[in-house]
Amino acid sequence: MPPVFVFARLTVQESSRRRLLLALVILTLLVVGFSAWGFNKITTVTRSDGSVLPPEQVALITSQLLIVVTFMYSGVLALSAAVVAGPLISSEVESGLLLSMLARPVRRSEVVIGKWLGLAVLVTLYAAGSALLELTAVNWATGYLPPHPIELVLYVAAEGLALLSLGLVLSTRLSGITGGVIALVAWLIAWIAGVVGDIGMGLQNSALQNVGTISHLLLPTDGLWRGAVYAMEPDAILAALRAAGTAGRANPFSAVDPPPTAFLAWVVVWFALMLTLSIWSFRTREI
Amino acid sequence: MTVPRGEIFGFLGPNGAGKTTSVKLLLGLLKPTSGEAWLLGEKIGDLETRRRIGYLPELFRYQGWLDAREVLALHCELAPLPRSTWKDEIATALETVGLSERADDRVSTFSKGMQQRLGLAAALVGKPELVFLDEPTSALDPVGRHDVREIIRGLSARGTAVFLNSHLLSEVEQVCDRVAVVDHGRVIASGTMDELLSGTAVRVRVSGLDGAARTKLSAFGPLDDEGDQLTFSKLDIERVPELVSTIVSLGGRVYEVAPRHQTLEDRFLQLLEAEEK
Repeated sequence: MPPVFVFARLTVQESSRRRLLLALVILTLLVVGFSAWGFNKITTVTRSDGSVLPPEQVALITSQLLIVVTFMYSGVLALSAAVVAGPLISSEVESGLLLSMLARPVRRSEVVIGKWLGLAVLVTLYAAGSALLELTAVNWATGYLPPHPIELVLYVAAEGLALLSLGLVLSTRLSGITGGVIALVAWLIAWIAGVVGDIGMGLQNSALQNVGTISHLLLPTDGLWRGAVYAMEPDAILAALRAAGTAGRANPFSAVDPPPTAFLAWVVVWFALMLTLSIWSFRTREI
Repeated sequence: MTVPRGEIFGFLGPNGAGKTTSVKLLLGLLKPTSGEAWLLGEKIGDLETRRRIGYLPELFRYQGWLDAREVLALHCELAPLPRSTWKDEIATALETVGLSERADDRVSTFSKGMQQRLGLAAALVGKPELVFLDEPTSALDPVGRHDVREIIRGLSARGTAVFLNSHLLSEVEQVCDRVAVVDHGRVIASGTMDELLSGTAVRVRVSGLDGAARTKLSAFGPLDDEGDQLTFSKLDIERVPELVSTIVSLGGRVYEVAPRHQTLEDRFLQLLEAEEK
């Protein structure tokens, strides 16, 4: 097996043996169970005249609640990716674990790509698995399904991958805890900057709008999150938001349009840049 | 400086002298700022050459969540060795370092000494032509140290060159064919044990010698004068009777004569002292 896949396999194996996967699976099952119970309650809510909510209203409420629940999932994924990626290389350099392996015919780029690949598989599998469980539970409880479930999974996974890539770059130079904290703070700042951009849009203020745009370019997690939100919004909500004009856009839990193609192309370039930077940084590091 | 195939080469130096840095440079883990070196006929940094090299780092650490057999399989895979050979390679390496009984135990349950043995086993898979051992016995008990010396001799017997980094001088003295002493990143002496440890130190307990007499005794080589204790650090054992009769003829009285072969430690300290001056 080429070294890249050996390191990818090791990364997956380590997460599994250290029971990280088990912990995530148990927590996810708990959240799915609780949210299924909660979503089911929407269908039993009665109005003042004693009648239950009509299906259209249940779907609208469910769609908005699902966005909040998905934000929680994307947060878990982003936090896990940052915390795991932060020490991915630095801890193995500090402990000496990489020394004997790097004395083998192994390129440092193979170590970096292999580790990224292993975590990317885990992030994608978690995004797909948790989405499948949550959407199945919501569908069972309310009969609602978001309009674009595949795109939803892709955007949430990409957000996790972005944090993983940032954590990996930092991990080639900084200690695990420092890299992890920086990645987390960057994720939060990007989210806040996205909100600032929204407010700028609502107020028609180009300076504030630029804050959002620049943050989407530097760390595309918030832009990807908006893609996930768009994938979950039913037509009725979209129509209402569009009717509200610029004010309808000033909300981190809403998206009127899908992410522009230029942004998605930039995301691909951004991933390539992050990996290239990680490889260069690790290659030039003395160990 | 050259290390021929099959030789056990000791690389000595005080802490911070540059021993580990030199090994990392040779293995391509660090990039040299100047100078050149070759490993097995290829310039350092050549990826293919690393197939023929084994390495036990000073800072040894292995995946605690794998068992010993899996760690060695990982090294077989990265080496890379044909999969059909892994089973035998792993069994032989584990047996050599005395870990066969713990093959299926997680590394996290291993003591430090056992982890160092595992590291040595990892360095031995694939029958490398050159093995770098950086302080290979730092975590081992006397039995473990003896075992490692035997392993090193075994490697040499089958034609493997061993580059041994150590500051345990008695250990180096027992196994190495040749040594180099490094200080502040510079080799200050090198040669075979015989070349480095020439001469015998002789300690004489005397009385009744005045300053002039003591000066005359310096004709017998470097003299460390500590009052009633005189140590001649480089004196041929055949000249001891002559030394005694000279002391007596100079009016001295001899109470004790203790010839002592110079140890590597003596020589090592002497070299560092000279370097500081």
